[in-house]
Order: sequence, then structure tokens, then C-alpha cells
Amino acid sequence: MLRWILGGRDAQGTVEKSAALFIGEEQPKNCFTEMQVLKGHFDIVRFLVQIDDLRFASAGDDGLVLIWNVETGDCLLELRCHTQQITAMTSYSFIRGRNAHAALITASSDRTLSVSFTQASAEVCCLLVLVRLDVWLSGGNELCVWNRDFELQCKTVHHSDAGISAMVELPKNFIAAAMDKEIVIFKLSLSGSDIVVMAMRHLADHQDTIHSLISINDGLFASGSHIGELIIWDSVDWTIQAYEHILWEEPAGDSQSEVKLKQIERSIQHMSSDGEYIVAAVGSGLYVFNVLMKSVVAYRKMAHDSNVLHTMRLMSCSEDGSVRLWELQDLPLPAEPASSGFFGMFGTFGRSGKQTGPPAKKMPEIPGLRSLELIGDLIGHSGAVQMFLSFKEKGLVTCSTDHLLIIWKDGELQSQLRSLAVFQKLEENQKL
Amino acid sequence: MIGSPDVVAFTKEDDFGDSFSDPCSLPEEFSVPLFAHAANANPWTKTSFAKFSRDFILISEFSEQASFVGHPPGSNYPKLNFVEDSKVVLGDSKEGAFAYVHHLTLYDLEARGFVRPFCMAYISADERKIMHQFQELSSGFSKASEFLKLGNRKAFANELEKKLKDLEYTRSVLHKETELQKMNNGCYSTQAIEKANELANVEKSIYEHKDLLRQITSYPSRKRKDVDFVQHETETPGDTSVIDDTLNINHSDKTVETESESRKSSYTPQLIKGKSAKCFDKRLKTMEELCNASFFHQTLEQLNIIEKSFRGDLCLIYTSQIDRALLSKQSVTSFLFEAERDSEYGGTSKDFSISSNNPTVPILNLSGEPLSLESYTTCIDVDHVKPGVESMEGRPESSTSDITQETSEAADTETKGSFSSDKSIEAFGGFSPSSLQANYFDGLERKSKVSIASASENASGSVAVPQRTSDGNLVPMDAACCIGQDGFIFEEPLVELAQECCGDTVVNQEPLSLLHGDPALQMDYILEESALAESPNMGLTFSELNTEEVAKITIEDVSDSTSFMSASTSSDRAASPFTYGSASTLKKKKKAGHSALRFIRQYPFAQQAIFCLLSGRTLVILGVDEGTVRKLVNALFIFVPNLGKYGETVQPWLSSPFQLTDLQRWKLIGLQRAASPAGSSILHSLNRYSRYISILDCDNKTLRCPPYKGTLVSHLADHRTQIKRGSTYFLHVQGMLTQLIAKAFLYTFCHHIHLPMDINDQGSVTSRRTNFLLQLGYTVEESKIVQYLSELIKQHYIQGSSKGANQSFCFNYTTSYLYKI
Repeated sequence: MLRWILGGRDAQGTVEKSAALFIGEEQPKNCFTEMQVLKGHFDIVRFLVQIDDLRFASAGDDGLVLIWNVETGDCLLELRCHTQQITAMTSYSFIRGRNAHAALITASSDRTLSVSFTQASAEVCCLLVLVRLDVWLSGGNELCVWNRDFELQCKTVHHSDAGISAMVELPKNFIAAAMDKEIVIFKLSLSGSDIVVMAMRHLADHQDTIHSLISINDGLFASGSHIGELIIWDSVDWTIQAYEHILWEEPAGDSQSEVKLKQIERSIQHMSSDGEYIVAAVGSGLYVFNVLMKSVVAYRKMAHDSNVLHTMRLMSCSEDGSVRLWELQDLPLPAEPASSGFFGMFGTFGRSGKQTGPPAKKMPEIPGLRSLELIGDLIGHSGAVQMFLSFKEKGLVTCSTDHLLIIWKDGELQSQLRSLAVFQKLEENQKL
Repeated sequence: MIGSPDVVAFTKEDDFGDSFSDPCSLPEEFSVPLFAHAANANPWTKTSFAKFSRDFILISEFSEQASFVGHPPGSNYPKLNFVEDSKVVLGDSKEGAFAYVHHLTLYDLEARGFVRPFCMAYISADERKIMHQFQELSSGFSKASEFLKLGNRKAFANELEKKLKDLEYTRSVLHKETELQKMNNGCYSTQAIEKANELANVEKSIYEHKDLLRQITSYPSRKRKDVDFVQHETETPGDTSVIDDTLNINHSDKTVETESESRKSSYTPQLIKGKSAKCFDKRLKTMEELCNASFFHQTLEQLNIIEKSFRGDLCLIYTSQIDRALLSKQSVTSFLFEAERDSEYGGTSKDFSISSNNPTVPILNLSGEPLSLESYTTCIDVDHVKPGVESMEGRPESSTSDITQETSEAADTETKGSFSSDKSIEAFGGFSPSSLQANYFDGLERKSKVSIASASENASGSVAVPQRTSDGNLVPMDAACCIGQDGFIFEEPLVELAQECCGDTVVNQEPLSLLHGDPALQMDYILEESALAESPNMGLTFSELNTEEVAKITIEDVSDSTSFMSASTSSDRAASPFTYGSASTLKKKKKAGHSALRFIRQYPFAQQAIFCLLSGRTLVILGVDEGTVRKLVNALFIFVPNLGKYGETVQPWLSSPFQLTDLQRWKLIGLQRAASPAGSSILHSLNRYSRYISILDCDNKTLRCPPYKGTLVSHLADHRTQIKRGSTYFLHVQGMLTQLIAKAFLYTFCHHIHLPMDINDQGSVTSRRTNFLLQLGYTVEESKIVQYLSELIKQHYIQGSSKGANQSFCFNYTTSYLYKI
């Protein structure tokens, strides 16, 4: 592509690896035609949290928390309360008196939780706010329950060296927490003002470390592990509803495939769900699963050049520094029967269904399989895009290891808004 | 108030009296223009009818009975009147000179009645200019006058304070002496009574001075329209130390202030002799002393501005004024392609002083084009102020007031050659000439006989002025009657009369008013001249100054004509000389026109490159050789919208990899291609951001950019263009861009295409916008240009000219193609 610039000497290695997925510069379906670069952090920005319709917070390894206005891109507030990197952040809105308060809870490697500087005894890896109970939980080596005044209510006894990496809220005051290969169900029992937390059950169906634990809807939650196991659980009785073992395989059927297989990253880094679909980031690929049909909808093994770090509503961001926008498209009639992927259905493991052949986007055996088509990509960051946050029509915020945040906006919409602002100002100045 | 039609311009002949030895002996037509000193001598001898070729400003002190205020000789109670300035138009059709005269009075403790009347006059051969520009002249001179008066009030208050200290000290000394006398000689001894009387006088004097101080410090601080002045007047006059503080804040010229401050604080009171000295014993203060030095310099700057803005033909002034007025209404769009003009007429003197501090280097650097002589003079003009000022500052304290004043005038660009020298007329009012004066007169009378003779001859000519008035050829006007009354202006001066004038008067002499006919006044004039000649030291500096002046005048004359020339060939505002910054960028732009012309002839894909710039897509010019890259940047920067006052949106040479934020900042980047690791990371950044940029590779002569189809840019950059000159091409470009801006303006402010008909109507707005642009006749690509300009206009309008720190950056997802030569 740019060989003429590079003078032909510099190999286009990285470019060609994703040649199949190179969308080019013509992206009519990509509405993000305006960007605003936000500077303020001094280190990797890892977390973005939406506070309300207008504001969001960013936090990262520099221990800074910055509050931004998504419309103007102004930095509204700079919170300096941690001396080390921030490991978790969540927003917490509660009503005190008659006023709605918005609070941010951040956890850091310096073993403090802001905003209150509550001393935590161990590193906190995840935070969960239970709005219903007006308490919030911090998960690390132990599970702590705090009230909104940042008073420790209770905590569990010390667990094994594996700490809690993720938590989801379940009905009836239950909490599911991912601890290494297990999912532990905790129960919060309220007796008067006292809260007691106790472990109810250990679900040990994963073969490897659980990286991702999300809530799908009221009745289901999902977990994903390092070796590509995706399990959908019933929220009430904690039974397995569906089991997928995602195995990205090399297309080549030669003897080297065994070796290569191990090299392919298939860890489920992140999952997101809208209640119907689960979008899972598997290695550098994307995997869309229909919860109701309990079947795969679409997948793309090499959605990015590198590991996918975050997904949401058919958008994905990756270590390769780009955000990609996807669209589910119905496949045309099968042209060639081929599959590079293998899906171990519920209860089955192994590679019995392994097929050889060129990679294709279609798996004829699975009805309703659609293809995941790239409709646009956002290139701006020079480092891995850690996370993004969507403000719907107001834009998309991305944060990255290059210390920057970028707000991507719909240029046409912004232009119209600016026009309205112009006419409003004209009216104010009585020039209309 | 002055109502009588005095002839205003008092000019002084050169101190080398023999150059005017016997002008009567030759008829007018045979008189040879005076060599060497001609420019410095009588400025009215140059042209046939009006005897001066250029307008000039004259500052002069004069005595005028009617203008006497306060402290008349008989009364002894001092009362200050704060007199409004008076503005009159005067004319002398014989000399072909017309003047706007601005009278003002300054306070001087040593002057009679504490006032010294001055006038500042703008003298031009063009009557219509004076009449039609009366308002503008008036406001300009009022500003200058306010500077003077404000500084004067402060200086006067300072002076009064010093005087009061003296008096109080004197009183204490006298008091002691009186006591001593009483002790020694008894209460009723003559000495004691004498001392007591003296003491009483001092007491009275203290009372009077205190009253004066109260009056001057309680000067009503009026509200003025000028922001500058509000700033200056914010001090509540009453505490002079406060005044000094504000001065320190307001003016960069701190050294002067602190100096006076220290002088003031370390001031040791002096004993005032019983018979207080008459003012004639002392030299009169120079204007710089009368007004605070910094205010004086501000005045000079203001006068410079006035001169520059009224220089040249009336048509030109009209054009530039209309231009300015129109442009001020176009602030919504003018930032796009026009040099920003922040210093309007009478722009902030602060800016001015900044530019005059380091004027030459950047401007001279740009003057490679034949047309740019103008900028050369601009810097000359700026420079011009400096030597005078320096010499003034460097002058030892012992210098006589008149010389200092004249030098200060010499510092003013336009008063050269017309040094008015009747500053001390008032002092010579003839009431009580001091013995010193008499001595001077005795000593000098012989020497200056010729001049006296010519002056007395001339007296008849000057007497004729009011007669002509009765003929109706010359109408005295004052502020009230000349505004908007064209009828008063004579379309054609009568030829016969003009001839007659030429015939019966001597050309090389300045017109003299009735007052000047007074031999005593003439005497005074001569006195000063001779005093000048007698002081060898002063004479030297003066002649040095003169030669400088001559040289400068010749340059300026040339420059003036070029400025006219350029004004007639171009519609730009280069002729408005008071915006140094923008003039320089304009120069730069004209020069760029030449490079741009070469570029479009040389590169067939010039249109695509220009399209990129106009549509806001960053163009990166990549090359090994810095010179080549810079040349290309120079050729293309005139197409960058919203270039910025200092060209902030252009980075002519970059040798480090650029960041994403740089794309936001710069729209035209010259980038070094290097074989180093840094070079490869540069290439990497180019590769990464390739969708946001177009790349012009000047080594391989390729351009990678989105396609462009359309006629708009091909009109702008036709490689078969017949235009030969760079400046012409630049103007062509300006014209085209102006059309484009007009469309962008229309597009931006047509609200029916932007406002949604109802809620959730975004889609129809989009289609309406697109259709509107298509109806304007633009292709899809050209629409992008208009849209980009429109976005810039909107952002500029919403945020004001101050660029928000967080600009967003718009782009399109379009395929790029590689163009080759």
C-alpha cells in the first residue's frame, strides 16, 4: 500500500498479515468522521467510566482520575488520590437527602480505595456496586462489603492466593465472583443493619483461569476462560445452560498444526452482552454467540492484528491500536464448504470435527451462521486501545497505552449541532 | 477658543540663512530648487502650486490672545481652566496649503497663566482631504492630544509638588530667619518686617500652589470611548503616587518612570529666593518635559499613525477606509484567507511599540520581490522614530528647550523640514522682556538682518489672507461648519488668483500670519535660530540629523509612489501602512504567489494538492532536501484556510515523527525523509495516519491523495494560465477564494438548510445541506471544501478568534490515489 513511500525496502509485514481484513480508506458506513484528542494522562489509560450523559472519568497507571466532558472535550476535574496505578474504577450514584450524588470508586495498587482513602488490606481487582442494597463490594484477595459512607460492613475470610478477578450481581442478593478457575457464589444476608457475606457454592467447571464474567440478563450470566471456554450459567440455580469451547485452529492440515495450535491465543479476554448476544473477544478474534438459540452467530478468527481487549455492541478494540466496527451480514449462498474454526458443542471436547481447508467465514453445518463484516476502523492511537466507552450519538471515547484519549464523533451530526449553536448565538446577539 | 482664520503653518527656514539670500531677485519660474537642504528647508517650495509634495504634521506652540486662560497678568489668584481642544480648518489658497488645526493647552508652572498653547496641524495640499476627513483627523488628533494632556497633567502635578516642597522649605528657613531678626533687632525693625512680608508671600504662594495642585489633581476623569484612555484615566487624580503607579503599569517605558520616581523621592527642597524668579529667567520646558516622556512618545506614535493613515491621495484613503469598514463587517469570514488585522486605525500603541522595537529584520527578510519596496520603507519608517528618540533621550540636560523640541519634531517623520520655532512666542508677548533677551536681540540683530527684511516684506503677503477671505476664495471653517458641508469646498482654485499669488510673492517663504508680521515675534524666531547656530554642539547634531533626513525623504518618496502603484494594481490593503505584521505576511503571500505559480506549472497534480489544503486535509510534503521542501511549503501556504496570524497551521520543516495531535494543529507540513531509524519511524507515522493526510513526495514527484474532479480548483490552478506575475496570480487566487468564502458564508448562515423542521429530522437536514451545495454548482468534492470552510466559520463564530485548546479534527474516509508526473 505505502510501499512507494517505504521505498520497497521495508517489508510490509504487518500490513500484509491483515491484508484480508484491510478495509481501505473508503468507509461509507463509518460515521466517526471527527476526532478530538484529549491529553492529560502521563501513563497508560486503562479505565473509562461513564458518570452521566455528559461526563466520564478516565483512570490509568499514572494514578490520576480525570473527569471529562464528552461534548466539549474539556477536562473538568483532576483527581489525584492514588500514588500507584489504578486497578479498578466504577461509578456510584446514590441519593443522599434529596440530592443525587455521583461518586467514583477507584481501587489502586497502593492499597487504597478512593474517594474515601479507605485502607484496604489487599489489592482490589474489581469493584461492584449494588444499587439495590446501597452497598458496594470490592474484590481482591478477599471480598469486602462497604456502605455508601465508605464504612467496611463485613468481609470474607482470606481465600487462596488466587484473588477475585470479576464479580457480577445475581438475583436474591447473590454475588458471583470469579476466582482463578472457579466461580464462587456468595450470599449477602441482611439482618437489620448488619450485612453478612458468606460463600455458598463453588462452580469448578472451567479448566483454566476465568478472565471474564458478565451478566447477560436477569436469568443468565456468562464466564469465559483462558483456554476459550465459554459457559453460560443460570443466575438462580447456577446450572450450566450452554458450553462453548472455542478452538481457533490453523487452517493448514499439516503436522505442524499441533504446535501452531498452542501458539494461537484463544483466551476469552472480554465479553459483552446486550441480553441476546454475547460478543466475546477471543485472542485476536471475535465471537458472537446467540444466548437464546444457544448457538454461534458469527465469528472471525483474526478480527484484529493483535489481542482484542474490549468489545461492545459489535465494536472491538485491540492491542494493535485500532477500534473496529463490525456488522452482522447474512452470508451469501455457500460457495465452498470450509471452516477454520471448531466448536465443541455442549459437553463435547476435542477436535473430532476438525476440518482442513482454506479459511472461510461460513460453517454450513450451523444454521443461521452469519458473517462478521468489518465496516470501519478507527485509527488514531499509537498504542493498544485499552477500552472504549460509547456515548451513543455523542460519540465514542477510547483510551490507550499512548496516554491519550480520543473522542470519536459523528462529523455530520456535530456539524449540524454547530450550526444550531451558531444560530443560537446569532439569536442571542440579535443579529437574526 | 480660536475662531479667527489664522494661517497656521509656521515654518522655519534653514539656519543657513544664505540659501534664501535674495529670493525676490529672480522670477518664480527661474528659481532653482534648493539643493541638499531643500527637503529640510521650506517644505512648500517643492511643487508648482502647493509648494510641498507631501502632507505633513506640524506641532507648534504659539501665542494667541484669545486663548489665554487663567491667571491674567493683573490677577494673582491662579485658577486653572480645563479648556476643551478646539479644532479648525484653515486654508491658504495662495500657498495651496490647507490645514486641520488642533489647538490644545498644556500647563506649565513657569508659563504665564500656567498655560502654554500648542497646536498640532495636519497640512495638506488637498483641501478636500482635510474637509472630508475632518472627523477622522479630529479623532486621531484628539487621541494624540489626550496623550499629551494626560501626561502633562501628571507632570504638572509632579512639578507642583516639588514646588510646594521648595516653598515649605523656604518657609521654614524664613521662619527661622524672622525669629532671628526679631530676636536681634526687635519686632518692628525693617529687616524683621521685610522678612515677615517675605514669609507672608511664601505662605500665600504655598496656598496658591496647594490650590493649583488640588485643581489639577481633581481633573474630572471623563468617560471616553477609547479603551486606552479609560485605562489611563482609571487613576483617581488626587494622589500622584497612585498616578505614577498606574503609569508604571501601563507603560513598558518603565525606566523613565522609575527614574523620575527616584528623582522625586530623592528630591531635596531648594530655597526659593524672596523675589521669585521670573519665568523668563529659565528655559522653557520642552514638550517632552511638559508631558511625561512615555506619553510624549505615545503621542509621537499616534502622530505617526495619523500621518500614515492619511498619506496619499484622498481616493486611496477613501478606498482603504471603505475597505476597512467592510472588512470589519466581515470578521466572520476574514480570518480564513486574509491576513488578520488586529491593529486598526489608531491601533493599540502597545502593539505599535512592540513592532517598532524590532522592526527591521523580519520585514527585510521578506523583501525580495520588486514590489516589496514598500515593506522596506515600512521598516524605514519605524526605524525613523528611533534615532530621534534616542538623541532626545541621550541629550544632556543642559540643552535648550527649543532645540530639544525641534529634535523631537525631527523624530516625527513628517515634520522634518518644517520645524516650527515659535514656541516661546508666548514668553515674548512683549510684556516684560528680560534683560537676557535684550542682550540676545542686541547681539543677533545684525546677523539676522536679511531674514528680518524678508519677513517684513512678507508681512504684506500675509496680511492679504483675510482679504482673500472676503473675496470668497478662502473660507475659514471651524469644526461646526465643515462637517458634511461640501458646499464650502471650492472645486477649483481660481487659476488667475493662483498665478497672481505666484507672481507677487516669494516662493521660498513661508506664509505668515498677522501675528508673524509682528516684528517682535519675528525677532523671537530669529533669536532661536541664531541661538541654534551659536551652539556648535547642537549645530553638529542638527546637521547630522539633517543629512539623515534627506536620505530618508528620498527613500520615502520613492516608496510612497510604489505604495500608490501597488494600491492601484491591487485591491489588497498593503497600502494601509500601519499594520506591520499583516503587511509582512501579505508580502510573504505575494512572494508565495510566484512560487505557487511555478508550482502549478511544474506539477500536473497541483490541483489535487490544492484541493487537499482547501478541504482541510493535511498535506505532508516529504523530501530529503530541506530547501526544496520549504520552497514547496512556501508555494502552497497561501491555500491554507485559517492560516493564523503567525502561520500557526503550517509547519515548514519537521524532522521528527508527527503525532496525531499535530494533524490537528498543522494543515501543511514539510517533513524530512531520512534514512535513519528516526526516518523510519517518520515513515511509520505516515503509514499509520495515511488516511488523514495527503503526501506530496518531492523526491519522487508523486502525490498521494483523494481524487478531485471539478472545475473550481482548475480555475484556481490552471497550469496553462496566462498569468505571468506572482503577485497577479496571488490576486487571482485571492479573488477565487473570496468567491469561495462567499459561498461558504451563504451555506453557513442559510438557516433553512440547517435547522431541523421538527425533532428527529436530522436526516432531512443532511439531505437539504447536500442539495444546497449541489445547487450552488459544486461537485461532491468541492462541497467538501465549502463544508470545511463552513465548519471553520462556525467554530470561529462560536468560539471567537481565540482558538480553543481542544479543537476537534474532521476528516473523511476516502480512497487515495497516487498521482505521478
